[in-house]
Amino acid sequence: MGIIENKFRDNVIITSADKFMNWARLSSLWPITFGIACCAIEMMATAASRYDQDRLGIIPRPSPRQADLMIVAGTVTFKMASRIKRLYEQMPEPKYVIAMGCCATSGGPYWQHGYHVMKGVDQVIPVDVYVPGCPPRPESLLEGFIKLQDKIRRESIATTQAA
Amino acid sequence: MPDLKTEEMVVQMGPQHPATHGVLRLEITTDGEIVRKINPHIGYLHRCFEKHCEELNYHQIIPFVDRCDYLAAMNNEHGYVMAVEKLLDIEIPERVEYIRVIMSELNRIASHLVALGTYGLDIGAITPFLFTFRDREKILDLFEMTSGARLLYNYIWIGGVAFDLPNGFVEKCFEFIDYFLPKLKEYDDLLSYNKIFIKRTAEVAIIPPAVAIEWGITGPNLRASGVDWDLRRDEPYSIYDKFEWDVIVADGRVGVLGDSWSRYYVRVLEMEQSASIVKQALEGLPSDENVKSAVPKKVRPKEGSVFFRSENPRGELGYYIISDGSDIPYRLKMRSPAFCNLSAISDVGEGLLISDLVSLLGSIDIVLGEIDR
Repeated sequence: MGIIENKFRDNVIITSADKFMNWARLSSLWPITFGIACCAIEMMATAASRYDQDRLGIIPRPSPRQADLMIVAGTVTFKMASRIKRLYEQMPEPKYVIAMGCCATSGGPYWQHGYHVMKGVDQVIPVDVYVPGCPPRPESLLEGFIKLQDKIRRESIATTQAA
Repeated sequence: MPDLKTEEMVVQMGPQHPATHGVLRLEITTDGEIVRKINPHIGYLHRCFEKHCEELNYHQIIPFVDRCDYLAAMNNEHGYVMAVEKLLDIEIPERVEYIRVIMSELNRIASHLVALGTYGLDIGAITPFLFTFRDREKILDLFEMTSGARLLYNYIWIGGVAFDLPNGFVEKCFEFIDYFLPKLKEYDDLLSYNKIFIKRTAEVAIIPPAVAIEWGITGPNLRASGVDWDLRRDEPYSIYDKFEWDVIVADGRVGVLGDSWSRYYVRVLEMEQSASIVKQALEGLPSDENVKSAVPKKVRPKEGSVFFRSENPRGELGYYIISDGSDIPYRLKMRSPAFCNLSAISDVGEGLLISDLVSLLGSIDIVLGEIDR
């Protein structure tokens, strides 16, 4: 979106295009299947039969190049941090990040003595939505998805994205 | 025409790979499609478990034990708590033992259900995953009733359990067992005897019994190689000697002994046995005993050390605890079954096709949280 960003003010054409683009983006958030730790099991449960995240248009993709959402589900260690950054950079724009669970938010239970644990994934990549819990229930993750969709709904192609 | 030269290529599988069950990285030297050498790299999920054990007291360690093997948190707690109890030398009420066994066996079923579902995913069958997770949610409902948590419980305490069973648990649990046993046939129809699945798994990645013992493979993977060994029967702890059940040993009814299919199918049959143990435990459950009567106010074991091992869904889980007389362990070493099981792949995986390596890795059923700790 580099060509038209910050070139226009809000007008009828832009806002209609915004509505269409945002609708398309928020209705087909494709996360990269990338489980790190315990939260990944709850992420799988969210994708499975009872919670069925497909009804929000969320279908996991195995490659970062096909994904526009990264769910950081688990403890990020120093060894893993550089790999997460690289995966994030491989994703095409626009891209979003959900930090799932306390570990990805702030280091969680490992914040004090975890000498190999990164105290929050936001030290390496920008995070859009934080989902608290250890691990968060699938309902929490779904709420996180809905919050992210709300955020996307407010975006405009005429302004630079915060990320 | 100049001479064509071929050379081996090094391919990195993971840490972001759908079939590595987390953050394992395999450095594979390949000759075309054939794997010549495997070099596993671990440590992407090193969460400093043993350091935490040196800093926190005996009670505070229980939540961290949960997070090691997050698919079988109850089994991990059970092993740890029994190790500390052995160190403290305390007796616990019988009702507590029964509750612990019920929880451990239910968690074993839940863990095996995840193993089945994700193994199907690895091989390319998506539907069984949805079926196994449907049934697993029912077990999680039971756990939620008792402990309030879905995945990591902090339920089994030193000397007791956190809460007594809630009203209606026993009936609901019986209901679950009656619901669950016929479902095993459904898995057989869907996956176990599916022709494509058999083609992908039978006679693939064979681990002979001698190799399995050499590498210290334990649990369902060892029994799939035809070795009749289960700690619950051979070194009975808790109250496992009170129940009647069979140790499942693979017989190579499809393919050969020790192949991926046997490793998969041992788990299916084990769920049936676990369900039978749960049923017997529910029937024999003693009533009206305070589940917290033996919980010590202060855990300060005498100087000394203890080793205790128990049967986790993945194999033998051992805890070695050294106490210096304070309320914090001097050192705690965890013998993790998944780590030993994984170490065999560098030996077994040589000469396989890359797609068969996925079949091997999935059938071993690793949990990276326990490998890296």
